Amino acid sequence: MDPMESIKQTYFQECDELLVAMEEGLIAMESGEADDEIINAVFRAVHSIKGGGGAFGFENLVAFAHIFETVLDLIRSGQLAPEPDVVKCLLRAGDLISDHVGAARSGDTSGIDDGDVKEELRGFAGESGDEGGEEDFEGLDFAPMQFAFGEEEAAPKLPSVWHIRFVPHASLYAKANEPYLILRELACLGDISVEADLSRLPALCSLDAEEAYIAWNIELRGEVERPAIEEAFEFAAEDCDLTIEQAEQDLPDLPGLPDPPGLPDLPELGQPEPLPDLQAEPVKAEAPADAPVETRKEAAAPAVKEAAPQTIRVDLDKVDRLVNLAGELVITQAMLAQSVQDAGFGATSRLGNGLLEFEHLLRELQESVMAIRTQPVKSVFQRMPRLVRELAAQTGKQVRLLVEGETTEVDKTVIDRIGEPLTHMIRNAIDHGLESTEDRIANGKPAEGTVKLSAEHRGGRIVIEIADDGAGINRARVREKALEKGLISPTATLADEEIDNLIFMPGFSTASTVSNISGRGVGMDVVRRSIVELGGRIVIVSTPGKGSRFVLTLPLTLAVLEGMVVAVGDQTYVLPLSNVVESMKPSASEIEAYGREWELLNVRNTYVPLISIGKLLGVEGATKGVGQGVAVLIESEGTGRFALLVDAILGQRQVVIKSFENNYRHIEGIAAATILGDGRVALILDVDGLAGLCRDRSGGAMPAELQATGS
Amino acid sequence: MSKVVLTVDDSRTIREMLRAALSDAGHTVLQAEDGVHGTEVLADAGNVDVIITDINMPRMDGYGFIDHVRSSELHRAIPILVLTTESEPAKKQRARDAGATGWIVKPFDPAKLLAAVRRVAP
Amino acid sequence: MDHLDPNVAESRRQFITFCTNGQEFAADIMTIREIRGWTPTTPLPNAPGYVRGVINLRGVVLPVIDLRARLGHGMTETNAKHVIVVVRVVDSVIGLLVDAVSDIITPEASDIQPTPDLARDADSIFVEGIAVVDEKMVTILSMRHLVDSLREHTTVEAAVA
Repeated sequence: MDPMESIKQTYFQECDELLVAMEEGLIAMESGEADDEIINAVFRAVHSIKGGGGAFGFENLVAFAHIFETVLDLIRSGQLAPEPDVVKCLLRAGDLISDHVGAARSGDTSGIDDGDVKEELRGFAGESGDEGGEEDFEGLDFAPMQFAFGEEEAAPKLPSVWHIRFVPHASLYAKANEPYLILRELACLGDISVEADLSRLPALCSLDAEEAYIAWNIELRGEVERPAIEEAFEFAAEDCDLTIEQAEQDLPDLPGLPDPPGLPDLPELGQPEPLPDLQAEPVKAEAPADAPVETRKEAAAPAVKEAAPQTIRVDLDKVDRLVNLAGELVITQAMLAQSVQDAGFGATSRLGNGLLEFEHLLRELQESVMAIRTQPVKSVFQRMPRLVRELAAQTGKQVRLLVEGETTEVDKTVIDRIGEPLTHMIRNAIDHGLESTEDRIANGKPAEGTVKLSAEHRGGRIVIEIADDGAGINRARVREKALEKGLISPTATLADEEIDNLIFMPGFSTASTVSNISGRGVGMDVVRRSIVELGGRIVIVSTPGKGSRFVLTLPLTLAVLEGMVVAVGDQTYVLPLSNVVESMKPSASEIEAYGREWELLNVRNTYVPLISIGKLLGVEGATKGVGQGVAVLIESEGTGRFALLVDAILGQRQVVIKSFENNYRHIEGIAAATILGDGRVALILDVDGLAGLCRDRSGGAMPAELQATGS
Repeated sequence: MSKVVLTVDDSRTIREMLRAALSDAGHTVLQAEDGVHGTEVLADAGNVDVIITDINMPRMDGYGFIDHVRSSELHRAIPILVLTTESEPAKKQRARDAGATGWIVKPFDPAKLLAAVRRVAP
Repeated sequence: MDHLDPNVAESRRQFITFCTNGQEFAADIMTIREIRGWTPTTPLPNAPGYVRGVINLRGVVLPVIDLRARLGHGMTETNAKHVIVVVRVVDSVIGLLVDAVSDIITPEASDIQPTPDLARDADSIFVEGIAVVDEKMVTILSMRHLVDSLREHTTVEAAVA
């Protein structure tokens, strides 16, 4: 790849990170929690975005970042107070700069209307709108600079003679400038002759190594213009006395003395300078060092504590390979342990003990490796404040977003796929959940509605919650809608939760007019499906007048499944434990035939469909007789409650999920495979798929309970 | 005239640009992400011929870093170039006051960067 | 070992030959990853009869195809002497159950002829051609087509099985 192109990729990656930091900082400013460091970080973020943008010639981006940065700088230096209206404007500017970055990335930089915000920012910066042209120019000021040199060189140069007197001050050396290098630069311009003026050099015994005693008289001949000479002295100009005179042609020598316009001549120049330094001499090394060392300690000490964790970037493939290998190791260990046991070594033997220790280490290794795949949910959560701002503006509602637990780590796949469902639920919360400001005030609630987004680890799973303090689910209306759509029968008696759950049914939408905000063709059914695909579930808790909470529960990692291992005939299958409610040994009297295809199991006087895995999957030697085997009661998001008939339950264990669709194809009713302790492959069952398969077999007809409990 | 150049900048983009331009010219490039990191790299590096540093950085900014270098008995003679933009004359001045040797105006083209290094590197 | 012979022109393809049901078949050596002994499989529900199930190949869940059954000659009666040829095509890895692996051959391009039209049928889409080696006929199989046919099967076929 072209190196610039690869740096550009880096720039956009970095922009993503900077935009996150900026957004966080701006939100902290909004809530009044921003200290200097946070404001500085925001400034730096915008500054870096601008800096890189300039290098790639993203003019619109740079121009906008420039005025944005100017305002931030004023706040940073205390010249502008971060009042609410200022911060509000900054937040909008943050959104716009994010748009600018996006536009630069896509190459279409035309369509961003940042005029209003720019104008407002200029207002805060104390620049009037008329200066727009100048400001734009300022954003691009580097370009003309560079051209200037090009033109310079093109201009015809006349041979001339320059007399230069160069009297370095001690400060020149203190800044690590080196007269020799400047002379070397001059020598590149033309022929030079240099004469050192040692007249101020004291006797060796009184010589201060830190002082500047030597001056130079230089004659430079060649086709040289003044700016070129000045450029050679550019870095030194403030730390020396410098006169550059163009001599009459061929007029030699004696240039220095008359030149300095009003400057003291040599002896005077020498006197005042060494004086302070002479006083400092005995401690010359420490004296200048003392004060700075203090500040340095201050600066460095807290930094060590706050040091950002060092990170490396790794291909996901490599991580997944590690995850796989760790899984293999665990399996191999289990096989080894089995062989050792079979060979007659007990768990307390040295071999047994060693293997146990080995197992612990492997488990730890596996967990550590899996942890590599996890990332803080922050990267998803940080997209939400902007969404909330936009929705608030669109709906005219006042909304405050509270975010908690954004450092909670979840699997990368969850990060990649949770964004859309979350966005949708937040849209819903603001659009449907929160009441209008007037209604809130009328009901004695604060005018500003609150939406809370939180994440935490709870019991080996990730819990993400979206809560609002709005009106809660309007159950009467939900019921009415469901009736209207034919989703429930008029006689159905439904508990409150069951009514709430109706919103997850395909084709359900509560808004009577499809609103611009929520009505984008995806309903809560899609949200639920996405969550289920991630191995999670979603629950609603709604209280009329108080608000609703959507609670998502997701597995910690998608590579491992907590499974119930069951035997069916000569086969072993794994059921996702998250689907298992309970298991029972049904007697013949608890099983009733229903039609020709179905059997129903009586679970404490509720009948649920009973599906025989052996029959459904055609497993040889599976239990056939009524009243034999074990029924596992399943609850799935997609199908509701039903029971699966197996021969025996072998236990519970974590299994590593192995997809084989890549090598074969999807099999209805099978989610994936895993490898058991004996090294053999066992299939992980997909309970919704099994129910679907069963439905297909029986020609589509399903026992009513299957649907009614599906809510 | 291959030099050892230490660049200190919190922006990965700028770091990559500096590295590309400097190593293309045959310089050895050491990099740090902020002032504190810069002091650490400097301490480990043994010898560094030129330092190029940004001003706005977390943990320790460019001024603090220059200050640190200039007050170190071992490193105070190392020339330091600061990265500034044309619109920051005050910053340039402050950097000079802190002891910067010279400056490079961002965005820089490689030729100007290398010229600046040449002008300060012994 | 002649596949390591540097004198062999690069343009000549090498094949591994194997036999099943008394017939010789060949597959491009580039598609063969390894050859391993038979291990009992975990059957896949509702799969065609020639899909013997899956095995654990060092952590990879490998579907095993019974070549004899795939060609319509009935299931292989497996014993410990049978072998699984591990085939990789693009991102898919499958196992091919055969009776035995015979040889490595490097036929001249002119020795390979396309499948005779008369011999064409639905299942022979993965026959790439026929080679005559040492006066014996060898059927060259296209592993790509074999793997593709496995992945593209419809549920109709699955239901029949």
